[in-house]
Amino acid sequence: MLVAVASGKGGTGKTTLASSLALVAAEKGKVIFLDCDVEEPNGHIMLKPRWEKKEAVRVPVPEINQEKCTFCGRCAEICAFHALVVLPQEVLLFPTMCHGCGGCWHLCPAGAISPGWREIGLVEEGSSEGIGFVRGRLNVGEAISPPLIEAVKERCRPGELNILDAPPGTSCPVIRTVKGADFCLLVTEPTPFGLHDLELACEMVASLGVPCGVVVNRSDGDDRLIRQFCQQNNLPLLLQLPHDREVARGYARGIPAVKVRPEWKEYFAALLSFIEEGGCTGARTGGAQREGRHGQDYRLRESGRTGSR
Amino acid sequence: MLADCDVDAANLYLLLDPVVKSASPFYGLKKATINKEKCLGCNLCLHLCRYDAIRPGFVVDPVLCEGCALCYHACPCGAVEMVDHVAGHLFHSETRYGPLVHARLGIAEDNSGKLVAAVRKEARRLAEEEKKELIITDGPPGIGCPVISCLSGTDLVLVVTEPTFSGKHDLERVLDLAEHFGCRAAVCVNKWDLEPENTRAVESLCNRRRVPVVGHLPYDESAVEAVKRGRPVILECSRTMEKGILALWDQLKVLLN
Ligand code: SF4
Ligand code: SF4
Repeated sequence: MLVAVASGKGGTGKTTLASSLALVAAEKGKVIFLDCDVEEPNGHIMLKPRWEKKEAVRVPVPEINQEKCTFCGRCAEICAFHALVVLPQEVLLFPTMCHGCGGCWHLCPAGAISPGWREIGLVEEGSSEGIGFVRGRLNVGEAISPPLIEAVKERCRPGELNILDAPPGTSCPVIRTVKGADFCLLVTEPTPFGLHDLELACEMVASLGVPCGVVVNRSDGDDRLIRQFCQQNNLPLLLQLPHDREVARGYARGIPAVKVRPEWKEYFAALLSFIEEGGCTGARTGGAQREGRHGQDYRLRESGRTGSR
Repeated sequence: MLADCDVDAANLYLLLDPVVKSASPFYGLKKATINKEKCLGCNLCLHLCRYDAIRPGFVVDPVLCEGCALCYHACPCGAVEMVDHVAGHLFHSETRYGPLVHARLGIAEDNSGKLVAAVRKEARRLAEEEKKELIITDGPPGIGCPVISCLSGTDLVLVVTEPTFSGKHDLERVLDLAEHFGCRAAVCVNKWDLEPENTRAVESLCNRRRVPVVGHLPYDESAVEAVKRGRPVILECSRTMEKGILALWDQLKVLLN
């Protein structure tokens, strides 16, 4: 089972929640934590895994044979991402702009382009207290993270609980992470910003046809804003974690919430059983109307486009 | 001149109470659609598409389609059409602090880097038109395409961090990125007094990298309350917070001159 933990904005406590969830789940069964926030991965700070292996993730890029090239300009013309510039005697490639679509090597009339590979980051694997741990780390300066996120997700283990720590926001990196998940937990704060970002995140998750539930973090007891929103949209409000000075200090030092407050474990256990006992189907209503639009595809895609194998 | 470049989760307008003066659609890359009447079912596009965006039955998944147009160029029957795709909206608003350019990315859209670039371009145009000297850009989190798009050509990047292990880790990544693109950076530590020890670690990190720490903002209940009410912190915070923000501004002015 794949459970994604996401939030519309950063700093809501997504990683603390995801790591606590993993720790609680590990007491009962097999669990693996996949840090899909490849731009700023933080899960390792909470779970402190011992690294066992790492692998470079590569994406395809054109290799231009300047000898065969006739400088016709066709490649630059078809590249939708403006990654190629054809000068009178040279073809220039801007690798970080290339999306690896293959257009140029399929369409070069002179057969001067062949596919090559370029490294964009690393996938590292390890384990921590019985929790399998995978993280992706994007090289600094790289613009496009989804292929790396796919490479992280390829390490999901069927039959185990896979917890995906998603990047913040609602655009492509998050979509890549959440797409194909069985359930998505949306973490928010009880502020107007939290609400606004939650609205966007819910729409995003619904458009992917993934059922979701809401967790309020740093609640001070007054969660009306969020509660109303959940009621109106038929979303389950699964957990309200109080604002807790000690938990915040623990977070600052890389200690997950359930280690600071072991008594919170039962909340997380309840959350897990809700998800596992088909909370999924019960909670789907939020996105039901939109579900058919795109993404009935629940499978993990098995594409080789990351070229990491 | 204000520009909200966190286009995924644009929040600035919630605080500044703007009056929207104009809105315009933002077009992302065109996306493919397949005209079934022309399609012979040769499967070429299915094989070529690296994004697995074409499903059996020749339906293009608009979320997966990146708009590369390979199928359009390759299709022997000309069955693929590239159609305009509105990926979001761009707004020009007026606030009592100055003009604001902001945007809203459509749900489940990519192109956030392009939209950031569009927001910045519009902000620049307006700033020149209205003779504004300073553009303050609210950037997105992370180090990927929207952030890169946000950094280019800025005079100064103010990186806001928190005294937590995660905050420090993220800070290093952003400073690496700024360095990579040759942008000048300065750091502000928010809620510095929550974990003074971590704040010191952040400071020594900045020292080592020769990045100035230009501000220390305290943890302040009144600021939390202001945010809950959706009000700018400076209007409703305690004296210490106000002092902290003003000191930050003074330091920034020095750097910007
Ligand atoms: S399409 Fe091929 S031959 Fe034409 S400029 Fe590009 S690389 Fe050279
Ligand atoms: S592979 Fe696609 S994106 Fe990359 S340079 Fe070639 S045409 Fe452009």
